[in-house]
Amino acid sequence: MSKNNTNNEPLIHISKRDVLPWHKAWGVRALAILAALVVCAIVSVALTGDNPISIYKTIFVGAFGTARKTWVTLQSVSILLIISLALTPAYKMRFWNIGGEGQVLVGALATAACMIVIGDKVPNGVLILIMVVSSIGAGAVWGLIPAIFKAKWNTNETLATLMMNYIATQLVAYYTVVWEVPKGSGKIGIINQQTNAGWLPQLGNKYLLSIVVALIITVALYIYLKYSKHGYEVTVVGESERTAQYVGMKVNKIIIRTMLLSGALCGVAGLLLVGGINHTVTTTIANGQGFTAVMVSWLAKFNPITMIFTSFLIIFLERGAGEISTVFGLNHSFSDILTGIILFFIIGCEFFISYKVSFRKKEKEAK
Amino acid sequence: MKKFTALLLSMVMVASLAACGNTASTAESTETSAVETETSVETEAEAEVVPADIQVGFIFLHDENSTYDLNFINAAKEACAKFGIEPIMKTNIPEGQECYEAAAELADAGCDIVFADSFGHEDYMIEAAKEYPDVQFAHATGTKAHTEGLPNYHNAFASIYDGRYLAGIAAGMKLQEMINDGTITPEQAKIGYIGAYTYAEVMSGYTSFFLGVRSIVPTATMEVTFTGSWYDETAEKEGAQKLIDNGCVLISQHADSMGAPTACETAGVPNVSYNGSTASVAPNTFIVSSRINWVPYMTLLIESVLNGTEIPADYTGTIADGSVELTALGGAAAEGTQEAIDAAKAEIVAGNLHVFDTTTFTVGGETLTSFLADVDSDANYEHETEVIENGYVAESKFRSAPYFDLEIDGITLLDRVY
Repeated sequence: MSKNNTNNEPLIHISKRDVLPWHKAWGVRALAILAALVVCAIVSVALTGDNPISIYKTIFVGAFGTARKTWVTLQSVSILLIISLALTPAYKMRFWNIGGEGQVLVGALATAACMIVIGDKVPNGVLILIMVVSSIGAGAVWGLIPAIFKAKWNTNETLATLMMNYIATQLVAYYTVVWEVPKGSGKIGIINQQTNAGWLPQLGNKYLLSIVVALIITVALYIYLKYSKHGYEVTVVGESERTAQYVGMKVNKIIIRTMLLSGALCGVAGLLLVGGINHTVTTTIANGQGFTAVMVSWLAKFNPITMIFTSFLIIFLERGAGEISTVFGLNHSFSDILTGIILFFIIGCEFFISYKVSFRKKEKEAK
Repeated sequence: MKKFTALLLSMVMVASLAACGNTASTAESTETSAVETETSVETEAEAEVVPADIQVGFIFLHDENSTYDLNFINAAKEACAKFGIEPIMKTNIPEGQECYEAAAELADAGCDIVFADSFGHEDYMIEAAKEYPDVQFAHATGTKAHTEGLPNYHNAFASIYDGRYLAGIAAGMKLQEMINDGTITPEQAKIGYIGAYTYAEVMSGYTSFFLGVRSIVPTATMEVTFTGSWYDETAEKEGAQKLIDNGCVLISQHADSMGAPTACETAGVPNVSYNGSTASVAPNTFIVSSRINWVPYMTLLIESVLNGTEIPADYTGTIADGSVELTALGGAAAEGTQEAIDAAKAEIVAGNLHVFDTTTFTVGGETLTSFLADVDSDANYEHETEVIENGYVAESKFRSAPYFDLEIDGITLLDRVY
């Protein structure tokens, strides 16, 4: 083929772009979402025979159809946002923390343990204080262990954090059996349903607390990363560990400190999941959000403010897709298919933002 | 541009719907059921009294792929069709806060009855029941309604141990056939059983099944393995294979996937299933399946709400009211099975035969004279209620959900998963 050509230039040429201006980058992303919606509509129409407008409408209804749905959507966004924020300092440092799931789980387990074991022994205020401290502590420890291994012996943190997830899951499975009610059922059920001991206080309604916490953490982390000395150190280590060493930064200390923060914030998510929302703990309580958060954080280019939108986008689509499968009586796997399509486009479009695809010019093409 | 206008319009519509809130949805539901009223009158021609404004919402743990949920889904459709109601179904609702949100959403949408099908949904249904006192919340397999004291929260189960006993008879007939034609000796009559958890509902189930088998083949023994999940196709398949490798010549199960029947079909081992016929995956080895038919209970729920009568806090369906059923016999069933089942069934209905008759089994070599069961749920698993009456364990009498959790002689537990 190419021998027939006068030159050996390939048909498609991929080159690294200069940084796209922000409005163009967001234009590409908007286009990707639009394209994703079109493909989803085609798939849905093929399977349901309904018109695309009513499918989009259903997506919207799924997220905002009623006041309750809106609150639940916002609550889900805030939990995903907190986990994403938690992972961000680690990623900014190029420390591949894919252990968010486990860090959230141990935070959740610590919260549940406090509620079950000392729920009726100490006053509620004290109990909640202990829950906060222990969940944050548990999450921090779960982040700390891989960090120490990385700092001292340069072990692979991707594997270490991933394996910590499994340990956390099995720990929760073990304690589920210890605390199950009734015996043999494999379920802890709602903890302290009669006394509400250790249930986090409600702000106005039961959904608002997580949202407020998420907003506070967003602002705090934004300031921490952008304006504090710690934040600057994290960035430098992320850019180049050697540079950091050269200018006299204690890289190991920074890694450990940052992972402590990362794990601690995941612990907060665990605290909210158990103390504020579910009031129980299960092995699936984190629901894969420790992994989804990786995507949210990267899509937002580690900017806490942008992360509000990326986490919102993912939750919005998930809930919309879920509604489609309920309304049109489809198997729930269908919503997973839709979410998959949408994520494919969103992640795929990042490629076009970083790289330029040029085709071989027409006139050069020899017939 | 056209598309944009359409999108904008639809968004406005959604917004206005949301703004109207509850009143609009009730009006809407009246309208839709009125339409259905007409159609059902047309189709049935019979002048059945068709309700104008009732909605029923259902929450299912999995979807049609689980035999357990499929059994509920079919019952929901059938019961609602009787009244010309279109059920609102939510599938794949986990046993967590999602269940509360789903129940609350159904109540928001104007449902008069909200039904959940899985044990772990219970606490979240109770939360929703506290919040919506005008909506009836019904929960299958739960244990708390009789002590919770909520007028709008109800539990239901059925005397499925009767059904399992009858299925056990079918299995016993099969074993007897194998003994008669010399395939196995009476001592080799070992059954395998795959359970989900070492939980009273499962233990009551396999014990009643075993007692049914032993009423036909007195030398029969049983091995039980647990998967630690209500639905885990791989684990159930592997469990079945393990039991077959151990020398079990017949398999039964109390877990919800097609795993065990599939493994049995491959190995050519006869099997008895639960929740409904598994003949589709095991055409050559399927004997029979017991199941709870939820239509009578769901009908009772709808009728009670229509007539304004009280729904029992804790309802136990029976063979007599059609709640406990056996499926049609499969190709692997032995000759004379139907007759043996029918005879035992008549005895049970007449009250002459009790599955947990203390003369038919021993625990640790002793005949049982007293058994305190854990009827009222509490964190300490306190066994507080004497359930032996007139020489038999009165299962599902003090609470609809089973509480027989003794390990009787003749059954070996290979593992335990609590």
